[in-house]
Amino acid sequence: MQQVFKIPDCIKKDAKFTFCPGCDHGVALRLLGDAIDECGVREDTIAALCVGCSVFLYDFYDIDCLECPHGRATAEATGIKRARPDKFVFTYQGDGDFAAIGFAESIYTATRGEKVTSICINNTTYGMTGGQMGPTTLLGQVTTTTPYGRSAELNGYPMKIAEHIALCDGTAFSARVSLDSVPNIIKAKQAIKKACEVQIQGLGFSFVEILSSCPTNWKMTPQEAHKHVKEKMIPIFPLGVFKDVTKG
Amino acid sequence: MTKTLISGNKAIAQAAFDAGCDCYFSYPITPQTAIGEYLSEIMPKAGRGYVCAESEIASINMVIGAAATGAKAMTSSSSCAISLMQEGLAYAVGDELPLVLISVMRAGPGLGYIYPSQCDYDQAVTGGGNGDYRILVLAPSTVQECVDLTHKAFYLSQKYRNPVIVLSDGLLGQMMEPAEFVKYPYPEIDNSNWALTGAKGRTPRKIRSLEINEEKHNQNIQHLFDKYAQMEKAEVLYEEHNVEDADIILVAFGTMGRNIKAAMNLGRKYGIKIGTFRPVTLFPFPNKRLSELADRTKKFIVAEMNMGQMIKDVQIAINGKAQVKHIGRPAGAWLDETEILDEAKIMLGEEYAASV
Repeated sequence: MQQVFKIPDCIKKDAKFTFCPGCDHGVALRLLGDAIDECGVREDTIAALCVGCSVFLYDFYDIDCLECPHGRATAEATGIKRARPDKFVFTYQGDGDFAAIGFAESIYTATRGEKVTSICINNTTYGMTGGQMGPTTLLGQVTTTTPYGRSAELNGYPMKIAEHIALCDGTAFSARVSLDSVPNIIKAKQAIKKACEVQIQGLGFSFVEILSSCPTNWKMTPQEAHKHVKEKMIPIFPLGVFKDVTKG
Repeated sequence: MTKTLISGNKAIAQAAFDAGCDCYFSYPITPQTAIGEYLSEIMPKAGRGYVCAESEIASINMVIGAAATGAKAMTSSSSCAISLMQEGLAYAVGDELPLVLISVMRAGPGLGYIYPSQCDYDQAVTGGGNGDYRILVLAPSTVQECVDLTHKAFYLSQKYRNPVIVLSDGLLGQMMEPAEFVKYPYPEIDNSNWALTGAKGRTPRKIRSLEINEEKHNQNIQHLFDKYAQMEKAEVLYEEHNVEDADIILVAFGTMGRNIKAAMNLGRKYGIKIGTFRPVTLFPFPNKRLSELADRTKKFIVAEMNMGQMIKDVQIAINGKAQVKHIGRPAGAWLDETEILDEAKIMLGEEYAASV
């Protein structure tokens, strides 16, 4: 009989995800796990993890993991890769970790063209601390620290992470994808796989920003949350590949 | 063996290279930049890791990343910039990662100035990071000791899986002295049972400081303190002179350790019974030996290029058994031997001075 569904080797068989119901982290981790498996690098992988909802990734993934201070994953990934250039190194971070407290480390890791891959989950809020305004919070979005909605005058504008990363000469691949629908999940998988391949080919820094839902902090059902991603987030954070050095 | 005339900073850089430093990441700051400049010439050529990082926050975290793979990793910096590394140092302790930090002190607080100073004894020894932790701190007073202690720092960091600071200052860093670069007897420490190398044919590893189980968390911290107790037993280093008959003992670390020796030699010429005591390890601190000395000698002067930092540890060691006085200047022109000797005479009293 043909096997049509399989848990990636990357994911522990007894893994119990600690994410809220309806959260897209589980989907993202599955796609990344599949990509690492398909590239055949699971046993050569070292991950640099973030502080946030995905801090327990080492409990879900069957790979070597280093827990990093908040925002410092790309710097630690740089150290890992410089010490072990033969290893596959990735960071898995939230928007707050990658683009607020860690943006200096992130943008310089891209600028240096470190041969590592960063996955950034953009859910427009600090999930683990209970839904505060983050770097990507939409204008008008109500959070626990923008009780009247984010105003540009008071809080500035949401950050376009993938576009910033694409501007760096050291970046080999930068894309934004979404997990709001099956077609978009398939495209997300392709982008994540591409980012992994770009690292393995030694072309430079590779980056995928993933628009994800946070039903708990958005106070929505999972269906409403995916509708919100489609109708409110994608118009502000357009999907696509912003840089791909493999395509002239 | 031939000696090389070399500055303290460059001596540390060469010693780190000789000790097998695999990766060096740093950001420039006076008065330690020569370390990074020196290593930028030789590390990439030797196929070793070198990054001139975008900040000290980045450099310490790059060091952590490299150390997590079992590489020998080092950074160097100074004072206000080491403030930026405190988060990383606390994580490295919690993660039980070996790394070496060269701290070349300048004057503070804030931007302060590039004058030599010892005003970051507290920063190194008691630290500014979060949590209950200790860092091994080695304080050289000569360029030769910069070499010796850099080698030792790599060994101890690996042995205990803990950060080690070599605490130098702007004067020692830029001063040139003859130094020998020899082979050191330190054994290589096997890290194959914990380093992150990819989970090929083995259970995956996680290096972390997070522990949500309260009991386990307390056990983890106790484990760290068991290591510190081991360091206190095995690693205390100090240098002492003429303490057997001393009426007064001068205590100093690092650069000031040279000046108290000069003051002792000058005082002994006049018949004043002066001894000197120089802690080489600032953590673990030579409490036991200082306490023994205080059984006999009842006057101690602590001379520092700061307003009184190591004196607190001296007072704890002596625990009220003797009089302890601090003399110091926080920046630039340090106390010379005549100033130190004058203070010793004052502490010994007019009668004593008249009797010699």
